[in-house]
Amino acid sequence: MEAEPALVRVSGLNKRYPRRGGRRGSAGVQALADVDLEIAPGATLALVGESGSGKSTLARCLARLEEPESGRIWFEGEDVLSLRGRRLRPFRERVQLVLQDSAAALDPRLSAAEIVAEPLEILGRGGKSERRGRARALLDTVGIPSAWGERRPAELSGGQRQRLAIARALAVLPRLLILDEAFAGLDVSIQAQIAGLLEDLRIRHALTYLYVSHDLALMARLAREVAVLFEGRIVERGPVARLFAGPSHPHTRALIAAVPAWPAASPRVS
Amino acid sequence: MPYDSVVPALLEIRDLVIHYAAGPDASVVAVDEVSLDVEEGEVVGLLGESGCGKTTLLLAVLGLLSPAARVMRGSIRFRGRDLLALGGLEARRVRGALISIVFQDPSQALNPVRRVGPQVAEVVAAHHRWSRLRCREEASARLAEVGFTEADRIYDAYPHELSGGQRQRVVLAQALACRPALVLADEPTASLDSTTQAELRALLGSLQSRFGLALLLVSHDLGALAALARRVLVMYAGRLVESGNPGQVFHDPLHPYSRGLLRAFPHAVASGAAPEPGLPVPIPGSPPDLSRLPPGCAFEPRCPDRVPACLERPPQEVRPGEDRRVRCFTYGG
Repeated sequence: MEAEPALVRVSGLNKRYPRRGGRRGSAGVQALADVDLEIAPGATLALVGESGSGKSTLARCLARLEEPESGRIWFEGEDVLSLRGRRLRPFRERVQLVLQDSAAALDPRLSAAEIVAEPLEILGRGGKSERRGRARALLDTVGIPSAWGERRPAELSGGQRQRLAIARALAVLPRLLILDEAFAGLDVSIQAQIAGLLEDLRIRHALTYLYVSHDLALMARLAREVAVLFEGRIVERGPVARLFAGPSHPHTRALIAAVPAWPAASPRVS
Repeated sequence: MPYDSVVPALLEIRDLVIHYAAGPDASVVAVDEVSLDVEEGEVVGLLGESGCGKTTLLLAVLGLLSPAARVMRGSIRFRGRDLLALGGLEARRVRGALISIVFQDPSQALNPVRRVGPQVAEVVAAHHRWSRLRCREEASARLAEVGFTEADRIYDAYPHELSGGQRQRVVLAQALACRPALVLADEPTASLDSTTQAELRALLGSLQSRFGLALLLVSHDLGALAALARRVLVMYAGRLVESGNPGQVFHDPLHPYSRGLLRAFPHAVASGAAPEPGLPVPIPGSPPDLSRLPPGCAFEPRCPDRVPACLERPPQEVRPGEDRRVRCFTYGG
């Protein structure tokens, strides 16, 4: 087991954004600073940080939606940053990204079934009826009744849209799913439903998850391991229980202190 | 606290029923037979999921319901005056001055092309015949109260120059502009980072006690409810299904929906402790279609404790203990 190679390996990743309206040559914002990261196959890792910590930039670099300035990324042993054009396609199938605002990420003119079938169509997989069948099966997998396949995103609830986005990401049989704030804005009981669904899918399809979130409390329930991102650096990483028991970085301690605690059991005197 | 007391509460809502028109002869039940009191200086928390009617309830108190909404029955009294019967001018005197609201998303509550200070000052100006200078001074004072040490610099800032937490504090300054007696807050910390949430929670608590504010706080932030609220109400499908103090509701929830909801929360059991391992537990099924509510209890299809009576009629409110109310046949109903 120990010898199993990492699914993802990141080394010395740097990314700087120019400051808006800033002069050329000015320092800009260091979004990622020398980030090293390894994700084992089958892992559930949560990247936790606040807005501006660089967590979404890291997620987007891993999905090759953003070019880092320096550093290297390997996926299944392959040097990802050297891939260009047609050679990127197999990588795009293996790594899928699910975003927070599924309402904005889904084409409002397409039906649920068309949204799920679209990636297969783009990749030229199967005939039309085969793709339809596969789309219906995927909708069924994420708990959207197949009769709802004709509905458009606007006719679905927030939780259903999020499940639709997950079904679409699964259509191409990815190995790594990056879920960037995919739970934000959802009701807790919907969060819990989707968490259960994802765990089920992970086991059935041998998936690996990288969660990206500001919500340490939720991530501690969902992921086995947490990496804390602060000012573009991974300042701490470890299994959930160890992180809570002995946080070594002050920012980790601040995040833990901000986790809302259950109220005291004794009735309040007022 | 009991809502049959002779002394009127600050806010008294009785048997309120609000429907939304949804087509020629269809309607959606948003608020159903809701009665609640908020005393002067009291913090009442309201817990419930999207679509349960909590936002409609807040908007009704402020007289900001959409034209599609109809108040079918019931009353909303503020210091004994019926808010639903107030005319335009009188309603405007109450709204924003005596009762104000803080919404979830501060970037939508502020005008992006205007400096934030004047947006606080205009609330003062709308309710006082004061000079511009005085309104400006008042607004600056409010900005200082919500924790800005450089209130003058913030006064001249545009919303985009501020962080999310700073913007929400400006919105709070707006809500406090005229020293209201009651602030309605709809998920005031939900859009913020967790450490900023904790700061805002503390600020809200200190402002509440400093000014003796009454607060009706809609929140998923159990930490905020635990720290601030004296009573917590749980709402499902337009109805209040349970109420009690936070210790009672969070540790010994009576209604099966409250129990399910609390199991789904990923929060820690104690400050600094790791959340319990394992996935949060979902409530089976989904909320009912509010345009076709069942004749019985709206939670019955999802309820692990259902009995035959649940299908026949909605349970009445019962009081199983001091200061506790629940609508469930398990306790009589």
